[in-house]
Amino acid sequence: MNKYITAFYNDEEDLLKGLKQIKAKGVNVADVLSPFPVHGLDTVLGLKRSKLTRVAFTGGAIGALLGFGFQAWVFTKAYPLNFGGKPFLSVPSFMPVTFELAVLFAAFSMVFAFLIHNKLGPGAKTVIHDERITDDRFLLVINLDEDDDPHSIEDVLAEAGAHGITLKKQN
Amino acid sequence: MDNLTFKLDKKLITIFLVMIAVGLLSLVIGYFTGAGGNRIAANLLLNNYYFLSMGLIGLFFVAVHTIAESGWQTSMQRVGEAMSAFIPVGGLLLVLFFILGGLHAIYPWTHEDHLDEILLKKVAYLNVPFFYIRLVVFLGAWSLLAHFLRKASLALDVNGDMQYLKKMRTLSAVFVVVFAVTSVVSSWDWLMSLDPHWFSTLYGWYVFSSMLASGFAMIILVVSLLKNMGYMTHVNDEHMHDLGKYLFGFSIFWAYLWFSQYMLIWYANMPEETVYFIERHKYFTEVFYVNLFLNFVVPFLLLMTRRAKRVSGVLVPVAIIVFIGHWVDLYMMIMPGAVGGEHAGIGIVEVGLTIGYLGLFGLVTFWSLAKAPLASKKHPYYKESMEYHTNY
Repeated sequence: MNKYITAFYNDEEDLLKGLKQIKAKGVNVADVLSPFPVHGLDTVLGLKRSKLTRVAFTGGAIGALLGFGFQAWVFTKAYPLNFGGKPFLSVPSFMPVTFELAVLFAAFSMVFAFLIHNKLGPGAKTVIHDERITDDRFLLVINLDEDDDPHSIEDVLAEAGAHGITLKKQN
Repeated sequence: MDNLTFKLDKKLITIFLVMIAVGLLSLVIGYFTGAGGNRIAANLLLNNYYFLSMGLIGLFFVAVHTIAESGWQTSMQRVGEAMSAFIPVGGLLLVLFFILGGLHAIYPWTHEDHLDEILLKKVAYLNVPFFYIRLVVFLGAWSLLAHFLRKASLALDVNGDMQYLKKMRTLSAVFVVVFAVTSVVSSWDWLMSLDPHWFSTLYGWYVFSSMLASGFAMIILVVSLLKNMGYMTHVNDEHMHDLGKYLFGFSIFWAYLWFSQYMLIWYANMPEETVYFIERHKYFTEVFYVNLFLNFVVPFLLLMTRRAKRVSGVLVPVAIIVFIGHWVDLYMMIMPGAVGGEHAGIGIVEVGLTIGYLGLFGLVTFWSLAKAPLASKKHPYYKESMEYHTNY
């Protein structure tokens, strides 16, 4: 059973200011749920850059190699056909399919990597902490360990101007 | 020291003047070592067109962002404007070049007594008087629009009167429409008609994409040079990142158009079209592949990551490579038609004239930069430009 605390801010400026205070007190904020991207939030939270770009590159490279390799195999080994006297292994005519497969694989690998990593997709359990985080509220999530004292953390949050501090449990 | 007031110091002027002198000297050397009139004329055309297109992309850069009301480019708007100061200079040189024999030397359709059946059918368009009319109309329209846009931009800087921004917007919209047509038609006139039998519908856009990629490479180089000299400290990694994205994106766009043109001709295999690539591949095999390598492979692989676009140690070398690459691309467009495979080459004339034109372009651009503050502080988007932040 995991315990965690949620609290919210009504304004992005307050959020950034408050987060810096909370961080300075040594409290680790796991995530911030916000209705729109807040500039500078990633830096304050100390989030690492997404690795999605590497997934995309790898997926794209695999797609390109597969696309090219498959055509090369089909048109030289499996089913060679003579198109207008051109050589069987004619690279320019393979390019469109190679390109399309690179794009397709890059896109799919990104979508699936995103869904798997975030445990999203059909049948995923949704947790809505606050109805208004899609509207005008910025919600902090702080995960608690066994030896953390919830009260001291709540004090820190209140001091930093956060509202609606609640302790929650998740099975 | 205020780092927004650019002073053109003697050292920089000397460097540019020496470069121009190198260009003139190489012209003389080329003439006396028998490089051939065609080759000299083709090189003059190449460099004139190349640096004229840099000026045009400078203007295009300002115009497009003014219409789109984008904030970030306000920080480097002056660089685009300064580059556009080369349009009248390059235009005048181009007119002189055509009048002083360049036209007759390398354009086969001007030899009116020796026109074959195909060229006779094209006489309604490809004839000398109409060519000059188009030339003057294009260069006149570009120069005037560049002049008035610059004037409105300077007027805006006096007290931030919004009427001048509206005027800039109108002028920009007119320029973008005019440029959409004239960039294509001028590429038929000045480049494609060197091989007057051959034609390609895609050619105009292909040339335009080449102009865009090399133009953005030049903007990156000018901004980096200014930053290196201690000016324009307000242009930070975020702005360079966006310029890098332009360079990256338009290099891919160029490759896309290059390949589209190549593959259709290769696949259809019609003699009147394939002759273009056969000559290029037969006599310029290395240049043919180097062109693709410099303009697509290098920027595509090196500029892919976020870091590469933000670190000047990567961005500037890539911009230099792309700058050279699109010179090579123009070389591939011009030389086979104008000089022919047996006589073309890369020697003193090619390198020297490019250095000369680069010096002239640099002199005009930096001279224009010195005439106004490097940032338009009264521009309504100036503050937005300073607080610009980009994630990806």
